[in-house]
Amino acid sequence: MSSVAQSWTIQRRVLGALLMREILTRYGRHNIGFLWLFAEPMLFTLGVTALWSIAKLHQLSSIPIVAFAVTGYSSVLLWRSMPTRCITAIEPNLPLLYHRNVRLLDVFLARIALEAVGTTISFVGLVLIFWGIEWLDFPENVLKVAGAWLMLGWFGASLALFLGGLAGTSELVEKLWHPAAYLLFPLSGAAFLVTGLPPAAQDAVLLLPMVHGVEYLRDGYFGSLITTRYDIGYMAAWNAALTIAGLLRIRAISEKVRPE
Amino acid sequence: MIRMTGIQKAYPTGSGPVTVLDGVDLTIAPGETIGILGRNGAGKSTLVRIIGGAESPDAGEIKRGMSVSWPLAFGGGFQSSLTGLDNLRFICRVYGVDPEACLPFVYDFTELGVYLKEPVRTYSSGMRARLAFATSMVVDFDCYLVDEIVAVGDSRFQTKCHEELFVKRADRALIIVSHDPGFVRNHCQKAHVLRDGKLHHFDSVDQAFEYYSEYMA
Repeated sequence: MSSVAQSWTIQRRVLGALLMREILTRYGRHNIGFLWLFAEPMLFTLGVTALWSIAKLHQLSSIPIVAFAVTGYSSVLLWRSMPTRCITAIEPNLPLLYHRNVRLLDVFLARIALEAVGTTISFVGLVLIFWGIEWLDFPENVLKVAGAWLMLGWFGASLALFLGGLAGTSELVEKLWHPAAYLLFPLSGAAFLVTGLPPAAQDAVLLLPMVHGVEYLRDGYFGSLITTRYDIGYMAAWNAALTIAGLLRIRAISEKVRPE
Repeated sequence: MIRMTGIQKAYPTGSGPVTVLDGVDLTIAPGETIGILGRNGAGKSTLVRIIGGAESPDAGEIKRGMSVSWPLAFGGGFQSSLTGLDNLRFICRVYGVDPEACLPFVYDFTELGVYLKEPVRTYSSGMRARLAFATSMVVDFDCYLVDEIVAVGDSRFQTKCHEELFVKRADRALIIVSHDPGFVRNHCQKAHVLRDGKLHHFDSVDQAFEYYSEYMA
């Protein structure tokens, strides 16, 4: 067996083991167990959808509120949950770093993968359920929606690597992330369409990378119903920069992190 | 063969960096049993973590030509909110061993019974030691790193460890870290003394023992 194939086998084993370990400590074997993986984001999205429907937020735009809320809030969960899980990833996993093949990066990747799977099942599941009971229409362009979902997932993963790496040496990251995530939510494009804003505000809000992802997603979902503004190249540049910075940071701190 | 040359390691502390290992050389041949003696805080555990690859040295080189276990110590290696069995399964998956196949051995060796299904954080240090030892026996390594863990268990545990390590795995390399020279004397072919960041090599265990006794006096 070549050494690349060998490394790949080890890598797969380690990530699989870490995924199981994360599922067990997070969801345990009680009540519905690992089903919480997507039940939790579903409940979040359902709650927000109900609130937005009651608040008649849809009067701000011409599009159906249920689909608007599901696309918006699922996007937020996708890019927000990965960093939230990664900034607290090191401490509880320190004893496992005792095993030479378990690397800090693997710990982050396992948590990112778990969040990606959970929020994706939640999003797809809700769309299918609501479509089944005719509360929303099927996306106009499924490929575009999938592409946008991947871009938002990449954004979340790259931000998670970057902040997770920074959190390894600074407790400030954890303190600042929660208010930052809270403040970014209303600006992230989840609860508005960019073209519904005044022109000056449009340009300002388009500085945020996730806004492009949400707009792209809604372009795929609603297509002809709405006008969207996004630049996927701009978002990709952000994602790539965060990924590289994150990987460099993690490499730098893995020398310093002492297994418990 | 494991070959370490010029290993240096310092840790940052509130009062500046403290050098723990200052140019350590060590070679371990297949099947060799080596004891490493040193006082509390001499850097024995750090050395073993570096051999096992849990930590990397600041400078120096380490070449591992055989598979090396993780350091069998009191802490480390287990995630404390997982049960003993889930920790065992995690480690088996990481090292590519079928977890279910080794359950009979682990139940028998650890004698932990129902406690294997309880979180490791509820274990006493003796129970942790038994689980750690049994888990590492399940994975087939060329070289085992034993950090104090055997010397402290009760006599029944020590007898079982002896059987597993020195009888069934007599052909494997073994690095035993201890501040108890008696244990090293009884079990090792060679011994080295770690003092002030340097590893002092001796040809025979008796010479190492003599040096260590003088140094402790």
